[in-house]
Amino acid sequence: MSVTASARRSTPVSSDSTLLDFRNVAMQFPNGTVALTGVDLTVNRGEFVTVVGPSGCGKSTLLRIASGLETASEGTASVATNRIGYVFQDATLLPWRTVTDNVELLAELNGVKAKARAALAQEAIDLVGLTGFEKNLPKELSGGMKMRTSLARSLTLEPELFLFDEPFGALDEITRERLNDELLKLFVEKQFAGLFITHSVSEAVYLSTKVIVMSGRPGSIVGAFDVPFAMPRDPDIRFTAEFAELVGEVSHALRGGHR
Amino acid sequence: MADIAELPTQRASRASRQARIGRAYARRGAQLWPPVVVFFLLVGLWYLVAWYYDKVQGLAFLVPYPHLVITKGVADPFFAPQLLADLGNSTQVALTGLAFAIVIGIGWATLMSLAKWVERSLYPYAVILQCIPILALVPLIGALFGYEFLSRVIVTTMISLFPMVSNTLFGLQSADRAQRELFQLQGASRLTTLRKLQFPAAMPSIFLGLRNAAGLSVIGAIVGDQFFQRGTPGLGVLIQVATSRVNGPGTFAAIITASLLGVAVFLFFGWLARAVVGKWYDFG
Repeated sequence: MSVTASARRSTPVSSDSTLLDFRNVAMQFPNGTVALTGVDLTVNRGEFVTVVGPSGCGKSTLLRIASGLETASEGTASVATNRIGYVFQDATLLPWRTVTDNVELLAELNGVKAKARAALAQEAIDLVGLTGFEKNLPKELSGGMKMRTSLARSLTLEPELFLFDEPFGALDEITRERLNDELLKLFVEKQFAGLFITHSVSEAVYLSTKVIVMSGRPGSIVGAFDVPFAMPRDPDIRFTAEFAELVGEVSHALRGGHR
Repeated sequence: MADIAELPTQRASRASRQARIGRAYARRGAQLWPPVVVFFLLVGLWYLVAWYYDKVQGLAFLVPYPHLVITKGVADPFFAPQLLADLGNSTQVALTGLAFAIVIGIGWATLMSLAKWVERSLYPYAVILQCIPILALVPLIGALFGYEFLSRVIVTTMISLFPMVSNTLFGLQSADRAQRELFQLQGASRLTTLRKLQFPAAMPSIFLGLRNAAGLSVIGAIVGDQFFQRGTPGLGVLIQVATSRVNGPGTFAAIITASLLGVAVFLFFGWLARAVVGKWYDFG
């Protein structure tokens, strides 16, 4: 089901709706540490799947396997697209490049011509609300704006599958909620599938169509919850009883996972 | 979809920028006068010591009065042109040696950054080069390469090479893991990663190395003169000759000129570093 590297960026949308399929995936590092055991996980088109778990449970390893940065030591991990966006924990901007030049980086590395790349970058910058800051350097941006830049950079790949490795973990609550809202808007508009790692339960429930709960090391899946709220989401659902109830259930599963 | 509350407005940032520049000037003013005061104190001390050697010891040529040194270096019809010509020669040797040190040092470090085993094989030799007493090699260098310009340049390069190698290597390795992976995920080649990630990331560190290497290159040029005196040597020889002729003011004028050359290249490369990477990197 995986696609050859030469098809990068021009993969036709497959008729199959499964974009990511992990079967019995395990990961043992050369030093003997077992990060994951027996993980079954699928992400379909139209889904936004969030994985919550205690720190050090191998959540990030899931993403590293999905993106090809690591290879699973057991099981099969197949990804049906090469248009994968990866948002790191830190914004990982290049400090010598302006916002525009940072956003253009991935397209540049993929050999996109200057003109096309500038158009792609401008569209992404407008989408994440950084219009007017194109010429600024990273050191002149707030934490939230750096993250927006990082998001815009991945958007230029027009990803079908978007991987997020706790991208908002370092931000303050207000900025984080705002970026959650904007991410949901992008999800509805751009129709990518998402796999999002976090250790905030309310963030997980608010963002996703499905929440996966992982246990502590070695990481394995101990619970899965469908989130019934419709997209696009009203930010105020965070204050409803149904929302609180679901957050409670997920938290309960999370505690049970490493009691 | 931007929320203005989170984004600092352009106007506010412009106003704070002006305030920042104003403060910077005030700070620079405050930073300037302490070394100026020290300068005058040192000159005063120098006059005192010169007076002691002149009046008490009767050996005025050992520590000449500052104004005699300046007159000698600037106005003496025979000495001043010689000083200027030698300054030119020494600068030429220092800059040529420095240029070789830059090219060899950056090339060497780049090679080492390509793979851990290359680094392990080559780095010890950079350290050994640093540890060799250059003076011990001087007779050999002279015998092999003659006693002129070439040997002076070789000594200069050897003395200023190490900071280029170590700083460039440190800089090339300074990009963090996530940044490397960002490139890796796009299938970027080793060369592309070097060109678009590692070299730009290494620039601040390379410039710091360059500044140190530049200071050392002046030392190299003066030391080189002391041993390789054929052709058109520079300030090193002038210092020796003036000393042997008991020309106190001349000796001091040549020493001060050599020191000023060192300070000048140091300041120049500091300025260049700020001009090239100061926009995104704070040298502190």
